[in-house]
Amino acid sequence: MITAERKPLEELLGYIAPYGRILLLGCNECVTVCAAGGRKEVGLLASALKMAARKSGKDVEIVEHTLERQCDPEYVEEVAGLVGQADAVVSMACGCGVQQMAMRYAKPVFPALNTRFMGGSERQGVWDERCAGCGNCLLGVTGGICPIARCAKRLMNGPCGGSANGVCEITPDVPCAWHLIWERLEALGQTQQYMEIIPAKDWKTAQGGGPRKIIREDLAE
Amino acid sequence: MEQFEPVIVAFCCHYCAYTAADTAGSQRLSYPAGVKIVRVPCTGKVDAKHLLTAFEKGADGVLVAGCLVGDCHFKDGNVKAARRVEFTKKYLQEIGIEAERLEMAGMSAGQGKEFAETATAITEKIRALGPSPVKGKNSCCGKAA
Ligand code: SF4
Ligand code: SF4
Repeated sequence: MITAERKPLEELLGYIAPYGRILLLGCNECVTVCAAGGRKEVGLLASALKMAARKSGKDVEIVEHTLERQCDPEYVEEVAGLVGQADAVVSMACGCGVQQMAMRYAKPVFPALNTRFMGGSERQGVWDERCAGCGNCLLGVTGGICPIARCAKRLMNGPCGGSANGVCEITPDVPCAWHLIWERLEALGQTQQYMEIIPAKDWKTAQGGGPRKIIREDLAE
Repeated sequence: MEQFEPVIVAFCCHYCAYTAADTAGSQRLSYPAGVKIVRVPCTGKVDAKHLLTAFEKGADGVLVAGCLVGDCHFKDGNVKAARRVEFTKKYLQEIGIEAERLEMAGMSAGQGKEFAETATAITEKIRALGPSPVKGKNSCCGKAA
């Protein structure tokens, strides 16, 4: 999923200061799961913004709404009426949803979240980075552990000399991805895989080639 | 000047704190009339949204009162509630509401005296702090379907 965290209230209050009627728009997908921008967080932020505005002697009207998905035109179309009545939109979706709204509507759209990374849930309330979207997945030869998202140096053939007792040199909280890869290959009886040198990566499939696009000829209209 | 009488919303769990309030009543122990009790099945049911809404609707202080740690009828609802209270305190600080206006307490069903004392203590603390800084004109919440 795409993970995100709420921006500081002060930044959001700055964005909405010139406006009186705000549409606060959540998203039911990834940001709901990582407790950043679903219906519940929309409710909390609406309360917080209203109280903060009231404290500074202003009165702001906040209309709460949460879309099934904010990165698809079909869903974004549903709020045309609500957007029409609002002076500005504050989106609690990831950056993709914010941009979908900004592309569709000629109204100011502000992000309420900082989009962080593509990750998974480690345990309740904890998410960690798992994939950097490199466009040419290596997990098949690295025992299912990503050396790009999970190794601080993005090494194709690790570990580096900073790996000690299974921990990365950047901080003791981060396991060494290559240590994990070795342990996993060992458990799978695939250590011969480790002996194969992974060639230098062509980053054109990552963002090195500029903004990326997927076109499915059979589906595209 | 008329003395400020704080409004305290007290979310009390059915099994301990609410019963403690009841015990206080049957022991004829009085506690401030501004303490408004909301009975909940377990403090684990109390969400950050309930706490913020209480402030939004005009509470000067909010108390979440559950069972003593280790005594929760639902195992650890009170521990979860305490974490949510801490989360909400940070949100309150961002809004500009003093975090001390929100408090968590634990007591057993028989501790009527403790309930009355806790209710009195939070009322006095809030009285010293003054009315909630977000109190006043209550704008209604526009909610889309
Ligand atoms: S190798 Fe690339 S696609 Fe595969 S998990 Fe890592 S970053 Fe993602
Ligand atoms: S210690 Fe491991 S994870 Fe950290 S930079 Fe070196 S190889 Fe990468």
